[in-house]
Amino acid sequence: MRARHTLVPLLATVLLGAACADQSSPPPSDRGESAATATTLTVYSGRDEEFIGALFERFEGDSGHTLEVRYGDSAELAAQILEEGDASPADVFVSQDAGSLGAVAEAGQFTPIDDDILDRVDPRFRSPEGLWVGASGRARVLAYNTDRVTEQELPGSVFDLTDPAWRGKIGFPPTNGSFQAFVAAMIVTDGEDATREFLEGLEANDPVLYEDNSSTVLGIAAEEVDVGLVNHYYLYEVSAEEGDIPVANHFFEAGDPGALVNAAGAGVMATSDDTDVAMQLIDYLTGDEGQTYFAEETFEYPVVPGYEPSVELVPLDQIDSPDVDLSDLGGTLEPALRLLAEVGLV
Amino acid sequence: MRVSLPLLVSAFAVCGVMALPVVYLALRAGESDSSTWDLILRSRTVGLGIRTLGLAASVTATAVAVGVSLAWLTTRTDVPGRRLWAVLAPLPLVVPSYVGALILLSVLSPRGLLQELLAPFGVDRLPGIAGFPGAFLTLALFTYPYVYLLAVAGLRGQDPALEETARTLGLSRWATFRRVTFPLLRPSVAAGGLLVALYTLHDFGAVSLMRFQTFTQAIFLQYRAAFDRTPAAILSLMLVAVALAVLGLEHRARGRARYYRSGSGARRPLSPVHLRKWRWPCAAFCGLVALLAVGLPVTVLGYWLSRTVAAGREIGEVGPAMFGSLAAAAGGAGLTVLAATPIALLAARHPGRSSRLAERLTYAGFALPGIVVALAFVFIGANLVPALYQTLPLLLVAYVVLFLPQASEPIRAALLQVSPRVEEAGRVLGRSGAYVFRKLVAPLASRGAMVGFALVSLTVMKELPATLLLRPTGFETLATLVWTESSVGRFGAAAFPALLLVTLSAIPLYLLAGRVDLQEVRAE
Repeated sequence: MRARHTLVPLLATVLLGAACADQSSPPPSDRGESAATATTLTVYSGRDEEFIGALFERFEGDSGHTLEVRYGDSAELAAQILEEGDASPADVFVSQDAGSLGAVAEAGQFTPIDDDILDRVDPRFRSPEGLWVGASGRARVLAYNTDRVTEQELPGSVFDLTDPAWRGKIGFPPTNGSFQAFVAAMIVTDGEDATREFLEGLEANDPVLYEDNSSTVLGIAAEEVDVGLVNHYYLYEVSAEEGDIPVANHFFEAGDPGALVNAAGAGVMATSDDTDVAMQLIDYLTGDEGQTYFAEETFEYPVVPGYEPSVELVPLDQIDSPDVDLSDLGGTLEPALRLLAEVGLV
Repeated sequence: MRVSLPLLVSAFAVCGVMALPVVYLALRAGESDSSTWDLILRSRTVGLGIRTLGLAASVTATAVAVGVSLAWLTTRTDVPGRRLWAVLAPLPLVVPSYVGALILLSVLSPRGLLQELLAPFGVDRLPGIAGFPGAFLTLALFTYPYVYLLAVAGLRGQDPALEETARTLGLSRWATFRRVTFPLLRPSVAAGGLLVALYTLHDFGAVSLMRFQTFTQAIFLQYRAAFDRTPAAILSLMLVAVALAVLGLEHRARGRARYYRSGSGARRPLSPVHLRKWRWPCAAFCGLVALLAVGLPVTVLGYWLSRTVAAGREIGEVGPAMFGSLAAAAGGAGLTVLAATPIALLAARHPGRSSRLAERLTYAGFALPGIVVALAFVFIGANLVPALYQTLPLLLVAYVVLFLPQASEPIRAALLQVSPRVEEAGRVLGRSGAYVFRKLVAPLASRGAMVGFALVSLTVMKELPATLLLRPTGFETLATLVWTESSVGRFGAAAFPALLLVTLSAIPLYLLAGRVDLQEVRAE
């Protein structure tokens, strides 16, 4: 009988808690008002709050509009948008990678971006149909420990990492989306057979597999490995957390799939009631505020010509990334993952 | 006994909601063509199935062995530190499997914390645990509490007279355990083992971090990489089929026997078993499990946190997330216990083909990866009930679908220990079905309901995929905070909400353990 004495207050707490939580949630957005007055946009953001939250706040301050941002994993948010279909409450989808943007574009759920915005962005970093634009670029690099290897010893092509000389010295995060996009790019440039051969060679070299980019860079700093395949900005992320570390970035030579530059970007939902305000946000991300922010705060590459990356990065025009249409990467991601699984890397 | 109409209606309604993800998946799978099937065949489905089942079987066997031993030691013996172990034993359940995997990796990877400690002794590389060992260790360590909690509830519900009789008739202590105590525990242990097996089938966090390929991982790859929902739906339905097969096994393991007292006589507590020379070895066993499953995570989280604090970095605000976790856990668990009650009553009191079908249906959600159920509710919510989409009520309903068996299993196990004669007597004496339920059945099943409430609230607190996709905008829980920080590699910042998560989870565990103490006082 005693149990009822605890169960009853518990259930009461439940109902009370549920009721309170309901009230504490923000009121529903009042979309449908004219764009001239302050409106509320729903943004699905696959970019972490850590990286982009401050920029969203600045937009709110500058424009007077309110953003209701739902953070999540880029690919999962894309899947969510596909499920929502025409009923999607989202106005803008901001993604970490071009693949997720491509999937939403292919489903016909984006409305074309205004021409003046499209025109300012480097054509490498936008959808050929004008359905999404990049807002920042991230280059694939070979990060290396400067105490263990010199720049001269580093290979020109990512394919050289299958050389037995690198045995036990390589690290990378095989389950990370950026790494997988790089493998997808290699399938586009060199075909599936060459990619399989590369992955088998890499696996035979006894690599250290990390959970993510940050831990790979940490592993290089700790001399667990000499070199690692990561996105360029993690070096700066980790340095900001850990202080000075003996790690530097090495860029592969022109046209090498290892030199892929991927885009994080955004698109406007076709079902949005506030296309004008949504377009304003895209304008902001690709405008002066946004481009300066990505260059200085997240150590990424601006995608609008004229803006320079802040740190001692190799300028974008000197990285000859492989001849890959970023929106095509979605098509080879599935075989990329299959190859990774078959080789036993994921 | 005839099935009462209210029971039938409510069970039917619950089943309707529970069936939603399966119906949705069937519709999606219906869009398949031959190329989809090519893809499925290419993804080496059979091999994945074997690996997945192998993992589930080994994790379940280990969890049963650890869970039952701990339950018996902490409820029936004079093992030193019994109350401490009773409080610590269920705690690992609250560690999300991806956090658990990260912690084990940071300690046991080739150049992890353990290697750092051993470096002075000339160890410069450990073998590492990625792959099967890591996935097995993570899942076994952080799921054995399912078995533990259900076994404890089962042991409490047993009539001590049976063991005493066995002892008087000359059976040794071990033979008594083997021939009386354990067989009586079968429904509880089978139920706990089932929860562990299904958890292993649907887990993504541990297997992906440990890089062990399973069915669930293949489903995630389809969603994440190919954005193709049809093969993902077919793979998910296959997973449901595997879960149904596991359910069949559990049904056999549970057996047909009666587990309630049939005679008269007062129930009273049992005097504890004296372990004598085994006291300290048994305490060492409890301590080892607690060290690995509680001490290690807390130490590593504390270490990460201390590094963050020492470096003078700020720790984000956690107040709203704490409140969010509590609201989600209490609301989700309360609703789940309510929904589970008619299912458990039907299964325990009216066994038969249709009640078994209804019961099995309720397992579909638990066997499916969280992302699959979450996306099913995204589709249903956005398109059919837009007013509820991304509100707390729909999120709570998703929790019910995901976790109902965690409540229905303990309730059913408790009901199986209550003789149906009690209810029949009530009805014969002229009381209404509702009265009998309120005055007789509910109090008797409440021990199971408490366990169910605790299990579901712990699981809701660490739930991630459904919470991320279905939460009201701006609604944070501690689990979403941990995800936010650890997804950008800031483990130090993730450690604080993770530690809070463990601390908050102590509330439902305390409620359970508090009942332990009361019984012990009476026992001593």
